[in-house]
Amino acid sequence: MFRKLTLAAVLAVSASAAVAESEVHVEDFDFSFEGPFGSYDQNQLQRGLKIYTEICSACHGMELVAFRNLHDEGGPSLPEDQMRAYAAGFEVFDQSLDDGAGDYRAATPADKFPGSSLSNAPDLSLMAKSRAGFHGPYGTGLNQLFKGMGGAEYIASLMTGYEEAPECAPEDFEGSYNSAFAAGGFPESCIDDHGHHMVPGSWIAMGQPLYGEDLDFDDGHSNSLHHEAQDVAAFLMWAAEPKMMARKQAGLTGVIFLALLSVLLYLTNKRLWAPHKHKDD
Amino acid sequence: MSGIPHDHYEPKSNFTKGVESRLPIIGLLHTTLTAPTPKNLNWMWIWGIVLTFTLALQIATGIVLVMHYTPHVDMAFNSVEHIMRNVNGGHMIRYFHMNGASLFFLAVYIHMFRGLYYGSYKAPREITWIIGMLIYIMMMGAGFMGYVLPWGQMSFHGTAVITGLFGAIPFVGESLQTLLLGAGAVGQPALNRFFSLHYLLPFIIAGLVIVHIWAFHSTGNNNPTGVEVRRGSVAEAKKDTLPFWPYFVIKDLFALAIILTVFMAVVGFMPNYLGHPDNYIPANALATPSHIVPEWYFLPFYAILRAFTADVWVVQIVNFLSFGIIDAKFFGVLAMFGAIFVMALAPWLDTSSVRSGRFRPMFKWWFALLAVDFVVLMWVGAMPTDGIYPYISLLGATYWFAYFLIILPLLGVIEKPLTPPATIEDDFNAHYGPKTGGTAAKPAE
Repeated sequence: MFRKLTLAAVLAVSASAAVAESEVHVEDFDFSFEGPFGSYDQNQLQRGLKIYTEICSACHGMELVAFRNLHDEGGPSLPEDQMRAYAAGFEVFDQSLDDGAGDYRAATPADKFPGSSLSNAPDLSLMAKSRAGFHGPYGTGLNQLFKGMGGAEYIASLMTGYEEAPECAPEDFEGSYNSAFAAGGFPESCIDDHGHHMVPGSWIAMGQPLYGEDLDFDDGHSNSLHHEAQDVAAFLMWAAEPKMMARKQAGLTGVIFLALLSVLLYLTNKRLWAPHKHKDD
Repeated sequence: MSGIPHDHYEPKSNFTKGVESRLPIIGLLHTTLTAPTPKNLNWMWIWGIVLTFTLALQIATGIVLVMHYTPHVDMAFNSVEHIMRNVNGGHMIRYFHMNGASLFFLAVYIHMFRGLYYGSYKAPREITWIIGMLIYIMMMGAGFMGYVLPWGQMSFHGTAVITGLFGAIPFVGESLQTLLLGAGAVGQPALNRFFSLHYLLPFIIAGLVIVHIWAFHSTGNNNPTGVEVRRGSVAEAKKDTLPFWPYFVIKDLFALAIILTVFMAVVGFMPNYLGHPDNYIPANALATPSHIVPEWYFLPFYAILRAFTADVWVVQIVNFLSFGIIDAKFFGVLAMFGAIFVMALAPWLDTSSVRSGRFRPMFKWWFALLAVDFVVLMWVGAMPTDGIYPYISLLGATYWFAYFLIILPLLGVIEKPLTPPATIEDDFNAHYGPKTGGTAAKPAE
C-alpha cells in the first residue's frame, strides 16, 4: 500500500507544480538544448546575440550578463579579440573616473551589459527562466525533463505571436495584440458572458520587434521570422542559464556514478543479509 | 542508552580504557552504531537516514551559499545570480540547496505517514513523535524563510501573505506581524531577520534530531508488526534484532543511493521543476503576481488555511459564539496550525490496542483515505479559489480533522484487530523462512 501512496504523492507534487495561467498560445519549438543531453548551438547563440545587439538592446538591458561571458565555453564562445571588440562598442558609466564625479568610458570584458533604456522594458537577463511556456502533459510539467521550462518557447512564440488584432477589440485599444502574451491589457469587448477570453493572449506594450529578414547572418543562416525568433530565444536562454551545459554534464556524471554505487550497495546488502534470509530463490 | 538488552562496549587497549574512563565517547558511539534493530524493518524505515543526510546536505551547501550571499533588499537577488553565474560550482550548490529542500519535505512526509500507518507514535514512543513534530515545524519555518532569501517576486509577496496570517490573530496580531517583519511592511528588516533565523533553525533541527534519535533508541525502533522486541535477555533480544551496523547502515545507504540518483537527475536536468518562474523576477512591491503560490510542500496546509471561508457555517457559528473575535481569517489560521496540532496529539487520540496498521482491517482504509486526502489537499492548494476548488478544500480539510479527532478514537473501540505475530522473529521467519529449514518462503510484501 505504501508504495502506491508514495507514487501518488509524487504525482501530486508534480501536478501542483502546474498553475493555471490565462490562455496563451505557446508553440513548442524544438531547441538544441532540450533534454538531458541537449546543448546550446554556438552558431545559434551568436546569431541570437546579433539580433539582441541590433534590435532588442535598443530598449532592453541585460544587467546580469558580463561581456566576458560571451567568451565562455558553453555559450556563444566568441573568440577573445571579438569579445573585447564587442565590449568596447558599449559605453558604461564609471564612478571612479573624473576624480569621483564619474564619466562614461568604453566597456571592458569585466563590465556587464547596460540596463534597460526604457523604464517599462524589462531586463532580459533572466527572461527565459522567469516565464514558463508550458506545463504538460496534463498540467504535470513533467515535460521539463525533455523540453526545459519552455521559457525559450515562450520568447520565440512572443516574437512570432504578433497578429492582426481580433475583430472584437476596439480599433484604438492600447498596445499590440499578441497571442502568446498573458500579462497585458485585454478589452472588455473580447470577454464573453461567462468571463472567458474569446481570443488567446493579450495586448502588449512592445511593438512588433521582428518581422523576418531584419538582418543578415554571417553564417548565411535563414533570417525568416521563425528562425530569428528561435535564435534570439536560444540566446536569451543561454543568458538566463549560462551554466546549463556544465550542469547537465555534472548531472549525467552524478547519475552514472550514483547508479553504479546503488548497484554495488545492492549487491553488498544482498550478500550481507543472505545468512539471515533463507529464501530459496 | 537502549532499553533493549544488548552487549556493552568493553574497552580493550590501555588507550581506549584511558579515554573511556575520562569520557565514555567510544562506548556511546559503539552503543549507537550497534543498537539492536528489529530485523523485520521494511523499506519504509529508510527515510530517517535520508532525512539525516538531507539535513547535512542543506547545512553544508547553505554554509557555502552564505559566503556569497548578501542579505540586502537591493543586492540579495543579484547576489544569488552572482552565485549562479560567477561562483565556481555555485550553480550546482545553489540547485542542490534549492531542490534539497524539496527532497527534505518529500522524505519527511513519507516518514510521518510511515509513523501514522505503523503506529510509531503510540506508547511508548510519544516523545519521539512529539519531537518529530517539532522538527517538522522548524523545517517549515526554515523552508519558508529560505524561500524569501532570493528576494524574487514569490519571496516578497509570499512573505506578505504568510506574515499576514499572524496579523489575523486577534488583539496581538498586528504587533506580532510587526515583530516578525521588524517593520510595518516587508522590507530590509524582514530580510535580515529571516536570513539570521534561516541560518539558526537548521542547527536547532540538528539538535532536535539528536534528541529524536536518543528517544527512539531508548524505546527501541518500532517495526512493521508493531510487536516489541523481547527484552527478557540479551540472547532473546538477539533473536528479534540485528545490530544497526552493518545490516541497516548498508541497507539504508543502498536506498539513499537510489534516491540520490533520482535527486541528481532532477538537479542536473530539471532543477527548476519544483520552483516557480516568478521567483526569477526581482521583488517588486508594486507588481503583485497573479497567483501567489507557496512551495509545494506547504500546499496541503495552505489548502486547509483557505478552506474555511466566511460562508462556511462552522466558521459563522464560531464567529457568532466568539463575539466576532474568531473571524474567517483567524479561523483559517487556527485550522492550519490545528491540522498540525491534531497530528501531534495522535498518540492520545488513537485508542487501538494494536499498534501496526497491518493488523487493523478498518484502520487501513481510513489511513489510505487520509493519504489520498493529503495528496488532494496538496493539489487543490495550488488551484484558484473559485469554482469547485473551495468545496474540495473544505471536504479535504474536514476529513483531515475527522480522521484524527473522530475516526482514530472510534476505531480503537469498534474495530476488531487481527492478531499480530507473537514475536518479530516469527514475522521475519514467515517472510524469509526459519534459519534452519529449507521450507518454501513467502516473498516479502
